[in-house]
Amino acid sequence: MTTKLFGEKIQRVEDQRFLRGNGRYVDDVLVGHDVLHAAVLRSPHAHARIVDIDVSAVLDLEGVHVVWTHDDLTGAMAEPLPLLIPHPQLTHGRTQYALARDEVNYVGEAIAFVVADDRYVAEDAIGRIRVDYEFLPPVVGLEAARVAEHLVHADVPGNVAARMEQENGDARAAIASAPHSLSLDLTIERSASMPMEGRGTVARWDPDTGRLTVWTSTQTSTGVRAAVAAKLGLDLAQVDVITPDVGGGFGVKINHPWPEELLVPLAARSLGRVVKFTEDRREHFISSAHERGQVHHVEVGYDDDGRVLGLDVQFWHDNGAYTPYGLIVPIITSTQLLGPYKPGSYRVVFESLYTNTVMVTPYRGAGRPQGCYVMERTMDAIAAALGKDRTEVRSVNFIQPDEFPYDQGLIFQDGRELEYDSGDYPASLEKLKALVGWDEFPAFREEMAREGRRVGIGLACYVEGTGVGPYEGAHVHIETSGRVKVAIGLTTQGQGHATAFAQIVADTLGVPFANVEVVSGDTRRMPYAVGTFASRAAVMSGSAVHLAALRAREKVLRIAADALEASEDDLEIVDGVVSVRGTEASIDLGTVAVLSNPLRYAFDEASKAATQFSVGDPGKPPVAEDDEPGLEGKDFYSPERSTFASGMHAVIVETDPDTAEITILTYAVVHDCGRLINPMIVEGQIHGGVAQGVGGALLERMAYDESGQLVNASFMDFLMPYVTEVPARIDIDHLETPSPLNPLGIKGAGEAGVIPSAAVFASAIEDAEGIPITAMPISPSELFGLRLSHPSPPAATPARRPARRRTSTRKAGTRTAGTRTAGKPAQEAP
Amino acid sequence: MTEELHEVRLVVNGVAHQVRVPARRLLSDALRHDLGLTGTHVGCEHGVCGACTVLVDGRPMRSCLMLAVSAVDGEITTVEGLTERDGTAEGRLGPVQQAFAECHGLQCGFCTPGFLTTITAGLRDNPDPTEDDARDMIAGNLCRCTGYANIVRSVLRAAEIAREQA
Repeated sequence: MTTKLFGEKIQRVEDQRFLRGNGRYVDDVLVGHDVLHAAVLRSPHAHARIVDIDVSAVLDLEGVHVVWTHDDLTGAMAEPLPLLIPHPQLTHGRTQYALARDEVNYVGEAIAFVVADDRYVAEDAIGRIRVDYEFLPPVVGLEAARVAEHLVHADVPGNVAARMEQENGDARAAIASAPHSLSLDLTIERSASMPMEGRGTVARWDPDTGRLTVWTSTQTSTGVRAAVAAKLGLDLAQVDVITPDVGGGFGVKINHPWPEELLVPLAARSLGRVVKFTEDRREHFISSAHERGQVHHVEVGYDDDGRVLGLDVQFWHDNGAYTPYGLIVPIITSTQLLGPYKPGSYRVVFESLYTNTVMVTPYRGAGRPQGCYVMERTMDAIAAALGKDRTEVRSVNFIQPDEFPYDQGLIFQDGRELEYDSGDYPASLEKLKALVGWDEFPAFREEMAREGRRVGIGLACYVEGTGVGPYEGAHVHIETSGRVKVAIGLTTQGQGHATAFAQIVADTLGVPFANVEVVSGDTRRMPYAVGTFASRAAVMSGSAVHLAALRAREKVLRIAADALEASEDDLEIVDGVVSVRGTEASIDLGTVAVLSNPLRYAFDEASKAATQFSVGDPGKPPVAEDDEPGLEGKDFYSPERSTFASGMHAVIVETDPDTAEITILTYAVVHDCGRLINPMIVEGQIHGGVAQGVGGALLERMAYDESGQLVNASFMDFLMPYVTEVPARIDIDHLETPSPLNPLGIKGAGEAGVIPSAAVFASAIEDAEGIPITAMPISPSELFGLRLSHPSPPAATPARRPARRRTSTRKAGTRTAGTRTAGKPAQEAP
Repeated sequence: MTEELHEVRLVVNGVAHQVRVPARRLLSDALRHDLGLTGTHVGCEHGVCGACTVLVDGRPMRSCLMLAVSAVDGEITTVEGLTERDGTAEGRLGPVQQAFAECHGLQCGFCTPGFLTTITAGLRDNPDPTEDDARDMIAGNLCRCTGYANIVRSVLRAAEIAREQA
């Protein structure tokens, strides 16, 4: 293929409508038409039995059309929502009902559903519904979940949804016989995707055709379609799901079906009216999903060079009240924790625990930020213990470029082997050191110290499995106008798919970029698809688009060769015209499209050429036996396993000696996502990821009180970064180690920017302060508190205890070189 | 319970509209749902994110914190009003819009209208901003996608385009 557009910073085609205010987000759908609006009564209590629901004050309210509670639901709608990703170790998976049946398990759980003339009236109605609750003790936080004095679900002993263990080698034996060992306890708090647009769904039932159209702000239109059909008892062919423009996803919109994604279509069909639900911000905080909350215990044994001989990690994952998305997040933590390293042996055990809080599903990074934080904190601790440079310890543990493919000996989130396809970690580290000025930092630190300023430098490395299966597809249709219509099945939330995939098609087919139009997430155009998550769109759909365009190209050449009476080998396609190399003979793609579809009826000048008295060999059938009419190509890409992107971040921070404010002075990123389709878009993804990472490391947390109320459920109190909180500049360098697994050598890039944030800031703040940083995020007041509790030189101070505490005898981890932690961990395995 | 409706004249992007709304109807809802100007987006409904920012008599205002009935007499500019007439049906992108396209200042596009209106007003006050000024100008708007770097660049580029066009 030519590489004219692949790799170029092409301006985005989707921007025109966004910039003019002509985007079509879900709340914009059917504005100006006769639309009814839904609102949801949500539980104000974290844990309670529902004794009685009285809707009598609402029934006669003017403008109210529907008031439903669980009692009004029948059949599959009355059953629990699907458990999307079952797993043998998820022994106690639980999902909520579309409307709570007998019990509510988090503040925000849906109890009643109202449809009214407008949202104001619907909310009036919600306010008049009376619910009698019998309170149950709430389980809030991992400590309470582990102690299990109270249970979230009465039939789930110990609040344990799942326990899972993987081991490669004998980690405990390796640690026991290692020259050195240490242990660490590491905590990370909850945050959330928090897209600027919340969830939303619109549905219209067409009684004339017996079809349901659903517009929903989702990361998987095919997933929602299947769920709606199953729950409403419709044939799949009766349900069309259209993903309009989506105002950000970051993971939260991959979970489905949300209660409203079923209730809105059900109401639309019942009422024969268009029904719309638009989540407000508080609802998004308390009824969509969160992520990140985990507590980890690490035991590691290493040699004099810092080489990890044995790594034993136990962690506890707060999955909230329900587990619709299975064990994906903790499985990713447990596997991606290894990053670019090859420990001699590795054992990981986790428990996924219920709490009476909003459920947990993947948020950009999806368990990787936690894993990276654990591994990188461990690397830093080893370096500190040995008195070595942090980059040296990492270097001796890197998988080397000649060791690929490298099998980590574990099973990844897709059920496949965790086998890295390619990468060059030593080269990345060299680039990073140069980019951030690692070797010059000591001089800079001294210079700052002379001014009374305190600075620290940190780094963190990650590997990200991207482009997980099972598959994605694409359909390429060359119209008789010569324009190329491309449909992909997965959805788009701002990643510029319409631009990047048009670049691929334009190159593969040899057509002008402006002639290519890409549609995504519309089940009418591509009914087979999986979804947009796990940094998979470029890898999966990008590859599928390329393959489908190749198929269309084959057909173009076949028909054109026939028409031009030339050999296919002598043809080239440039700017939408097929020509015989070195001659004047040519035919444009539009005409080829005309010829591809033998016609009986002409409808315009061009189509006359394809009618039965104009074209074709009378001795042959108009459409050959192994062919079909139309100039189209369709194909699917289904890789054996994920492709592994990687990267390294470094940050220089300044901490204020008085106020403990943390200021970012330099932020550097080295990023390897294989071949770049559009570097402008990739850098945009990195910028956004870094900003989200800054939020997660320094600002954002879900503040639950002991009764399970989320006390910061607004943008006033949940601190998301404004421009004033992000680094003024991010220095980016790319390394391109192509993936051997797909035809374009692409690896995913969407999540990368956020993965190493907690790790890199912990590393830098620890470096600045000389105090072990073992709990993230960290605010100025927490750092101030740490200073008070670490008045002496911190090198020999025990690691800070994590939030939870089970036994008073448990040993704190030690950071001292050569000190062996007693033979086995004092803390029992989960 | 029948709500009292009020006749309100809203002048939006130079066009006068007559709407009948309850007193409690937010300006953002009136613009979007009564006038069909869905370019104005609602991100938080408590005045923090800035996505719903419109210009009222040239000043950036959070339309989710204003009632439609309080917007009478004001000249309202929404994102739809930022394009410039050039004889085509869709018009030409204004300097700020053009700069965002050039600098990749947007990803999902949801917060973008609020940035565009805010920056339009900001550049009117300060046509030649420094990078610090640019950051200051957008410091009240939230974006979850871009990390702001390209939005800051867009502000500077918009000033440049405006100067080129002047």
